Amino acid sequence: MTTMTAQATQVYSIFIRATAEQVWDAITNPEFTQKYFYGSRIESSFQPGAPYLGLSGDRSETLVDGEVLEASPPSKLVTTWRALYDPDTAKEPHTRVSWEIQPAGDGIVQLTVVHDGLEDAPKTAESVAGGWSYVLSGLKTVLETGAPLAG
Amino acid sequence: MVTYHPGVDDDRVFRALADPTRRHLLDRLFERDGRTLTELESELEMTRFGVMKHLRVLEDAGLVVTRREGREKHHFLNPVPIRLIHDRWIDKYTEHRVAALADLKSELEEAG
Repeated sequence: MTTMTAQATQVYSIFIRATAEQVWDAITNPEFTQKYFYGSRIESSFQPGAPYLGLSGDRSETLVDGEVLEASPPSKLVTTWRALYDPDTAKEPHTRVSWEIQPAGDGIVQLTVVHDGLEDAPKTAESVAGGWSYVLSGLKTVLETGAPLAG
Repeated sequence: MVTYHPGVDDDRVFRALADPTRRHLLDRLFERDGRTLTELESELEMTRFGVMKHLRVLEDAGLVVTRREGREKHHFLNPVPIRLIHDRWIDKYTEHRVAALADLKSELEEAG
């Protein structure tokens, strides 16, 4: 087994049977993100320059902080991103996460997450490497079946 | 749900993974992501056309995503379809048995 080396850019993509508006809602509505994003509430006004926060379910802890760089509903959201849930990643500089939602025909959209700016954030790169697959897989399940994930 | 849409079809993922060259390409991207065709080609004893053909199959299965940066096209490993197959096939039926067998294999190999 080869170990994963930290990548400066990571790309994750998934096809979801939903509309672009539904996917936009799923990534910007805290009640919705709580169902698949490790139980966290994503809170922001989604205006450029506004804070972008990932809070614990009871809002007592900030797990992720960042700033909105671009918000073009329902097709593109770009924010900075720093993971505060781990003391090692919290010390690293902000990275960048872009969500791109593209129609793919037949009532399907392609959601692509590009996490870049990871050159100086190797701990963050390592930490999110498995996480995004889990988050996107969960997002698809919740949108397509309406069922919140167990655990 | 049965669907034949590109990128949401399990068959494409299984077919793409059923070839050693394509698995090798995924391993190369796992080690260092975002490579160009030229970089990938230099590590394989295969024509540029052959590598392109394999990359196309991986792309159609959603296992590789390409991004353009200026003139260059970079290839990224997309692990999400493998995660979906894991959730659909491994979790559901066999995770504990697979784990037990994997443990047995590593124990035997270490002992040997």
